[in-house]
Amino acid sequence: MTPVAPGAPPHASARTESPAAFARHAAAIFAVEMRKMVRDPTDLFTRAIQPVLWLVVFGEVFSRTRAIPTGNLSYLEFMAPGVLSQSVLFSAIFYGIAVIWERDLGIVHKLLVSPSSRGALVFGKALAAGTRALAQALIIIALTLVLGVHVRLDPLSLCGIALAVVLGGALFSTFSFVIACVVKTRERFMGIGQVLTMPLFFASNAIYPLVMMPPWLQVVARYNPLTYLVSILRALMVQGGMASEGIGLDFAVLALVFTGFVLLAARLFAGIVR
Amino acid sequence: MIGPAAESPVLETAALTRRFGSIVPVHHLDLVVAQRAIFGLLGPNGAGKSTTIKMLTTLLPPSSGTARVAGYDIVREPWGVRRQIGYVPQLLSADGALTGYENLLLSARLYDVPRADRRSRIDEALAFMGLEDAGHRLARTYSGGMVRRLELAQAMLHRPVLLFLDEPTIGLDPIARHAVWERLRESRRQFAMSVVITTHDMEEAEALCDTIAIMHGGRVAVQGTAAALRNQLGPGATLDDVFADVAGGSIDEGGSYRDARSTRRTAARLG
Repeated sequence: MTPVAPGAPPHASARTESPAAFARHAAAIFAVEMRKMVRDPTDLFTRAIQPVLWLVVFGEVFSRTRAIPTGNLSYLEFMAPGVLSQSVLFSAIFYGIAVIWERDLGIVHKLLVSPSSRGALVFGKALAAGTRALAQALIIIALTLVLGVHVRLDPLSLCGIALAVVLGGALFSTFSFVIACVVKTRERFMGIGQVLTMPLFFASNAIYPLVMMPPWLQVVARYNPLTYLVSILRALMVQGGMASEGIGLDFAVLALVFTGFVLLAARLFAGIVR
Repeated sequence: MIGPAAESPVLETAALTRRFGSIVPVHHLDLVVAQRAIFGLLGPNGAGKSTTIKMLTTLLPPSSGTARVAGYDIVREPWGVRRQIGYVPQLLSADGALTGYENLLLSARLYDVPRADRRSRIDEALAFMGLEDAGHRLARTYSGGMVRRLELAQAMLHRPVLLFLDEPTIGLDPIARHAVWERLRESRRQFAMSVVITTHDMEEAEALCDTIAIMHGGRVAVQGTAAALRNQLGPGATLDDVFADVAGGSIDEGGSYRDARSTRRTAARLG
C-alpha cells in the first residue's frame, strides 16, 4: 500500500526490454492464448474438414489419373504434406481477424499501454498460432495414416515436422497480423484474406511439383514461403520424399521471413488503435 | 508549476497538438493535473478528449508539443510512462473468454508483478473490487458493472501513479455507477493515486472530480472546480449549463459515425 513517487526506478525508462523480459511477456501472451484454445477447441475440428476433403476427394481422384509426375511417390503420398501445409496456411491466414476483434473490444488497447514491447506481444501470439496449427496437424497426420499413406514416424522426423508446422503457422499468422494492422476492419480483412489464400496455395508445390509450372509461376512459387514449408514436410513426412533445396535452407528461409514479419507487425501494431 | 518534487504535477502538457491531415483534434493543449487529483476531462463528441487520452497513454504520438506523465516524457520515454500509468479504455477491455482471475494474471505478468506476489495481489484486487466470488467465472458471464470493476482492478494491479479512465460508467445503471465511483474514491485514498477521467455525464463529473476541464475544438475552454465553473456562469447555473455554454451549437453535431457506433456498441454490451 505504499504510494509510489512519480519518476521512480531509473530502469523504468529503458528504451528496450531485456531478452528475459521479452520472453516473460511473450510467454504471458502465449499462456493466455493456449488457455483459450483448450477451453474452446471446436475450431480445430471444424477446420480439419477442408483438408480431409482435399485428401479424400481431390487426392483419390488424381491418384487414378497419374497425370502429375510425382517420382516414386503415389499422388496421395505426394499430396499429403501439401494438404498439411495448406491447413497450416488456411488456419493461420485468418488470424488477423482475431486481432481486429480484440481491437474492437479494447483488449489490444490494454496490451499496448502495458510495459511489454510490441515485439513480445506479436511473438507470443505468433507462437500460440503456431501451436494451434500443430494441434491441427496431429489430426491431419492421423488421417493420412488412415488413408494408407506411409508417414515416417521416427522421433527425429516427427520433431522436424512439428517444428516446421509451428514455424509455418507462426509465419502466416504474423503475415495475417500485418494485414490486420493495415486494413483495420473485419470486412476489408475478409476480402483480402480470401484473395490471398488461393494464390498462395496454387502458386506453391503443394499439389503439383514446381517442374510442372510455367516458368513465370515457378519464379512466383520460389518467393512463396508455403513452397519451403511444403518442401520440408515432403522430405520429412513421406518415405522417399525429397526436399528440393535441402531442409536446412528451407528452415532458414522460413525463419528469416518470420523474423521479418514479426519486426514489421511490431512496428505496425500500435497503428491498429489510431 | 515549479516546486519540490513531491508537489510537482503528475501530468503536465505544453502546447500538445495532434493533426490528422487538415483536421486538428487537439490544438495547443495545456493541462496540469495535481497529484492525488481526480481530474475530469469533459467536452462534446469530437472535442479531442479521446485523442488526448491516446497521446497521454502513448498509444498515439503527438504531432507537436510535449507532455510529461508521472515524471516521464511521452515521446522520449514511453516505456517509463507505461510502467507508471493504468488505463481503462471506453471499450470493454476485459477478455470474456478468460476468468476474472486469468485476466488479472495476464496484467500481473505483463507488468512484471513478481511471481511470489501475484496470487496475493490478485486475490486482494478481486476482494477490493467485490469480485472475490466471481474470480473463477468467465468474464463474459459478468454484469456490466462487474466487468468495469474487473477492468479497474486490472488497470490498478501494478499500483499506477496515474489512472486514465475513458467514459468509465457509460451504459451502467445507477447502482453499478455508484459502486465504480466509490471504488475509485477509495483507491485514490488508499494508493495515493491520481485519476484522469473523460465523461459526458455531468453528474459523474460533479460527484467525482476535484477539477474539471471542458474541452472544445481541441483546447481547454474552461477549467476549475465544479462549483467555480457554475458560479462563473451565474447564480443557479448547473454544470449542464456550463457545458452547453462552452459547446455552443456544436453539442448536437459533434461526433463521427464511428464514435457513435462504438459508444453504442459498448453501451449495448454493458446493458
